[in-house]
Amino acid sequence: MSTASPDSSGHTSATPGSPSGATALPGGDDSVREEKPLSERRLHPVTPFRRAWAPVAVLAGWAVHDPNQAQEQLTRLTTTALLLGLAVIVPGAALYGFLSWWFTHFAVTDTELRIRTGLLFRRTAHIRLERLQAVDITQPLLARVAGVAKLKLDVVGTDKKDELAYLGEGEARMLRAELLARAAGFAPESAREVGEAPVHRLLHVPPGVLAASLLLTGATWGSLAAALVVPTLLWLATHSAWTVLATGLPLLGAAGASSVGRFVAEYDWTVGESPDGLRIDHGLLDRTHETVPPGRVQTVRIVEPLLWRGRWVRVELDVAGSSNSVLVPVAPREVAEAVIAAVLPGVTVPAALDRPPRRAGWCVPFWWHGYGLAVTDTVFAARHGLLRRRLSLVPHAKAQSVRLTQGPWERFKGLADVHIDAGAGKTVTARLRDAAEARELLQAQADRSRTGRREARPDRWMA
Amino acid sequence: MNTGSARTDESAMPEPVWTGLPPGLLRMRRLLLVVWLGLLTITVGLLLALFAGPGWAAFALLPLALAAWGWRMLGRNWRSWRYAERADDLLISRGVLWREETVVPYGRMQLVEVTSGPLERHFGLASVQLHTAAAATDACIPGLDPAEAERLRDRLTELGEARSAGL
Repeated sequence: MSTASPDSSGHTSATPGSPSGATALPGGDDSVREEKPLSERRLHPVTPFRRAWAPVAVLAGWAVHDPNQAQEQLTRLTTTALLLGLAVIVPGAALYGFLSWWFTHFAVTDTELRIRTGLLFRRTAHIRLERLQAVDITQPLLARVAGVAKLKLDVVGTDKKDELAYLGEGEARMLRAELLARAAGFAPESAREVGEAPVHRLLHVPPGVLAASLLLTGATWGSLAAALVVPTLLWLATHSAWTVLATGLPLLGAAGASSVGRFVAEYDWTVGESPDGLRIDHGLLDRTHETVPPGRVQTVRIVEPLLWRGRWVRVELDVAGSSNSVLVPVAPREVAEAVIAAVLPGVTVPAALDRPPRRAGWCVPFWWHGYGLAVTDTVFAARHGLLRRRLSLVPHAKAQSVRLTQGPWERFKGLADVHIDAGAGKTVTARLRDAAEARELLQAQADRSRTGRREARPDRWMA
Repeated sequence: MNTGSARTDESAMPEPVWTGLPPGLLRMRRLLLVVWLGLLTITVGLLLALFAGPGWAAFALLPLALAAWGWRMLGRNWRSWRYAERADDLLISRGVLWREETVVPYGRMQLVEVTSGPLERHFGLASVQLHTAAAATDACIPGLDPAEAERLRDRLTELGEARSAGL
């Protein structure tokens, strides 16, 4: 029984190679189908095999969890039972995969992307294109081999990401271009002809710089040191190999994830600007192509670890409903600021920050040196962190609410904090400002966020 | 100094008209305090008198003192709550020791809720809760008259529609 599934999956994963080559290129047949209004399309035929590994994983997990019983069960199996299992499982799985693929359709209308899926429980998702926050194409390693890609759509308020997995590589690109063109407000008939917008490359991170920057990060060395020191100490204390293994392996895994894992994920990081928005392509094994349409970014953070100071910065961003968080893994400050100017139109990163008054040292000793604030016509910028400095920017047009808080000790010292709540669950805080200044700031910020919104770009940025 | 002096002329609008909370909330909270701490005082006093001797029963004064202190605190806290409807945003101010003042622009409201639990209903109270796209926005006005809560909800929704903005 347990050997049936590996065999079936090995069998099935070999087959998709042949059809994928034929369908990855959307030929004339595809474009003829598109002529009809609201034509429904299907996913790539490789799709049924995407979960082929799941039963194998379940069996493997069970075998690892309880090795003795697994062996017992294995010896009890006879060849006939095996064959019978094979005869039931393989066609069953194939039928299920085929049917779920067969019943999944998607269609692009003028305003919506409709996904119809489900064999027994039907589910129809209508995604409004003007609410689209970002479109990503991701290609896990195996999908790259098979020549297919996954299209992920970020919409505010949905927990589960709607994704189209898998599409042919070329088809995924065309669909992304079409979705973005329609979201931008191009007329439906021309949306397909607009094609992929030209990309102007803003930034490329060379592998050497990325490796050097990771070597200069405290987290890399910290996790590595922890992975070496903690198991050694445990060995000295307990002399039990199991304890050492149980703590050492996760620590080693964490160390690997924070150094090698980050290198692999952020390898060949390219940021490009196109009328569709910002294009971010990265990855060594799994390739990801993200697109952030203009005006969707809620907050941007410039992170400057101690050892990078003066040389490089890292830029993180928050888009509502999206999990993408890195904009630039490492770049010189001027280059990073140019990218920020592209992602937040009209925003310049303030050069000089206002420190809190000296008496703030009574509230937060030492760390108050790291606090800073600058407000320009377009952006509210607050910095915190003593060693690892983080400057958070939130455009006035993105402020959802403004708060002023003041604890008893702060009131005694005549200080207050101002918080700007932005979408995507982020809050930017200017800490320990003078109380009168903070009060003025609260009023001015409420005003600015109102006027900022009035001048903000429309949802359909090309219309 | 580039922190917010640019628009002082506009922000120096007339001082907002603050509205406090109706006394119903204070009455409910004080009643709850007295009932629970009164029960605690009696149980502690009885148990100590029975099992440890009448002298120990004096410790029952502790919850009583707590009740007296809480009585004052509740009053201060209740007085600190106030809200103001301005032309474009709603102000909520609260807190005695830890003060907090929240400004929510009408255009940013995603949802306005009026809630009223069984206890609140019994005392004729309702709370208005505002939601924006930011989870950190914690704008809630408790203990309003149900009629006032509904008026506020309708007005906020109306203003929100008129000034609606995306994310």
